Amino acid sequence: MEWESVIGLEIHAQLATKSKIFSSASTAYGAEPNTQACAVDLGLPGVLPVVNKEAIHMAAKFGLATGSNVSRHSVFARKNYFYPDLPKGYQISQFELPIVEKGEMEIELEDGSTKIIGITRAHLEEDAGKSLHEDFHGMTGIDLNRAGTPLLEIVSEPDIRSAKEAVAYMKKLHSLVQYLEICDGNMAEGSFRCDANVSVRLKGQEELGTRAEIKNINSFRFVERAINFEIDRQIDLLESGGEVIQETRLYDADKDETRSMRSKEEANDYRYFPDPDLLPVIIDEAYLEDVRKTLPELPKEKRERFISEYSLTDYDAVILTGSRDLADYFESVVQQSSGDAKLAANWVIGDLSARLNKEDISIDQSPVTADMLASMLKRINDKTISGKIAKDVFNAMWSGEGDADTVIENKGLKQITDNSAIEAMIDEIIASNPQQVEQYRAGKDKVFGFFVGQVMKASQGKANPAQVNEILKQKLSS
Amino acid sequence: MSLKADDVKKIAHLARLNINESDIDDYATNLSSILDLVEQMNSIDTSNVTPMAHPQDLAQRLRPDEVLEENQRERFQKIAPATENGLYLVPKVIE
Repeated sequence: MEWESVIGLEIHAQLATKSKIFSSASTAYGAEPNTQACAVDLGLPGVLPVVNKEAIHMAAKFGLATGSNVSRHSVFARKNYFYPDLPKGYQISQFELPIVEKGEMEIELEDGSTKIIGITRAHLEEDAGKSLHEDFHGMTGIDLNRAGTPLLEIVSEPDIRSAKEAVAYMKKLHSLVQYLEICDGNMAEGSFRCDANVSVRLKGQEELGTRAEIKNINSFRFVERAINFEIDRQIDLLESGGEVIQETRLYDADKDETRSMRSKEEANDYRYFPDPDLLPVIIDEAYLEDVRKTLPELPKEKRERFISEYSLTDYDAVILTGSRDLADYFESVVQQSSGDAKLAANWVIGDLSARLNKEDISIDQSPVTADMLASMLKRINDKTISGKIAKDVFNAMWSGEGDADTVIENKGLKQITDNSAIEAMIDEIIASNPQQVEQYRAGKDKVFGFFVGQVMKASQGKANPAQVNEILKQKLSS
Repeated sequence: MSLKADDVKKIAHLARLNINESDIDDYATNLSSILDLVEQMNSIDTSNVTPMAHPQDLAQRLRPDEVLEENQRERFQKIAPATENGLYLVPKVIE
C-alpha cells in the first residue's frame, strides 16, 4: 500500500514588543520569577486588559508580507481552560475573527522546484506562564513572567506532504518573522515554537485520515524527526489493522518518539466567546498603507536583487538572504571593500559561516566584523596578501589579534610581488633539484606542482602565486 | 432542549464547580429552561444581522508599547497562600 502523509503546522511566534499584549509589564526574557507579572497578568479582580498597539502593527506587517487578508475588524475571545499557569482560567485569544486570514508562503523543495503552502490564519493571543515541576514539598512552582507575552499563532493549511517540506516551511517563516523584526526567532528561549498536525491516507484518497497533534517542538531537527516518527507510527498502526485516534502527543527527543498526552481528554471544550473586556480592533485602509510603507525588503525580493545587482548564483543568493543579519553583513562587506561581490560572497558563505557554525554563534556575535572582513578583502584585491594567506589573517582576526593590516604587519604576511626576489628563490630551487628539472623537461608535467610547492615553502606562502607560476614556467622551459 | 444529569456533571466539571448530587436535577431543569429561551431566540431569522462582538459599538483603544509596570512581587505574594523563591506554589500538577 502506498501512503501519503498530510501535515499542517501551527507556529507560535513570540512578538518582539517591549511590553505585554494586554499590560505594561516588561516581556524581557530571563528575569527573576514573577518580577514582571503585574496585576493584569496575574488575573487579579478588577483589572482591565488594554491592547498593545505594537502587537497589532506587527500582526498587520506579517499579514501584508504573506499576501494575507488583514481583517478590518478582528475580535478577541476567551478560550476557557483551567491550568495553574493561566491564572484567569481563560486565555485571551482570537477565534472567529482573527486579525490575519488566507495568506501563503512559497517554499523551495529539494529538487529545486517551489511549492505554495497556504496560511489559513494568524491570530493574536497571550502566552501562559511557566510551571516548574521540581519538587517544592509536593507542590508545583508557578512563574508568571511569561504570562501575557504576545504571540502570533500562524496556522497553515494541510498542504505539507513530508517532514522535509514541514521544515522548509518552518524555516521560511522563521526567516520572515526576523526580516520583519516582529520576532527574535530565538528557539532556545521558546520565542518560536511549533505544533504539528499529522495524518496519513492512502495515496489517491480524497478524505483526510484522523490526525494526531504533536505539541511544542522546539527545533528544526526535532520537527523533522517527530513528524517522521509519527508518520511511521500511524502507517504501522493502520497496516496492522489498528486505528489512529485523534489526540495530543508529545515528542520525546531523548527517545526519539512521540507519546500520548492523556491528561487533556477534555481539552477541546474551550467554550470560546468574545471577551467582554475588549472591544473589536478596527483597522482602516490608511493604517494598512502606512504599515505597507514600513515593510522591509523581503527575502524573495532581496534574493532576486542579489542575483541581478551582484551577479551572484541562485545558490549563493539563497544562502546569503537566509537571514536578514547575514544579508546585511554581506552587503556591508561588499560596499566597504569597494566591489568584488563574488569574493565577499565566498568568504561569508565559506570561512565565516563555517566558523560561526563550528562555534555555534550568530553573525552579530562574530568577532570578525563586516568592516574587518572588508578591509582584509581589500588587501587581497590590492595583492598585499594572497587568498591562501588571507585564511591565516582571517583566523588571526577571529582570535582577536587585531584588524587585517595589524595582523599582516605583525606576522609579516605581506605578499612577495617583487619579481627579482621570486626569481632568486626559483633559481635556487631549480639549481638544487636537477633531477626534478630533468623529469619535467622530459614531459612529466606533474612535477610542476612540486616546484610551486617548494617556492611557496621557501617564501613561507607569501610569494604571489600567479607570478610564481609564470616565472617558473619560463625558467623551466628555457 | 433538555439537559441530562450527565450534562450537568460535565458542565460543573468544566467550570470546576463542586455541586451536590442531590441538586443535580434542579440544575438540569433550570439550565434547560435557559436553553429553551435561547432556542426561542434562535427561531428569529438573523441572517441579515451582523453578529455583535460587544454591546458597545466602539473600537478598541490601543496603548503605546511602553513598560510602565514596576516589580510589585512582594505586594502580590503577600496575599498568595504559598510562595517560595519568588514562585507561587500550587497543588502538584500531574502531567
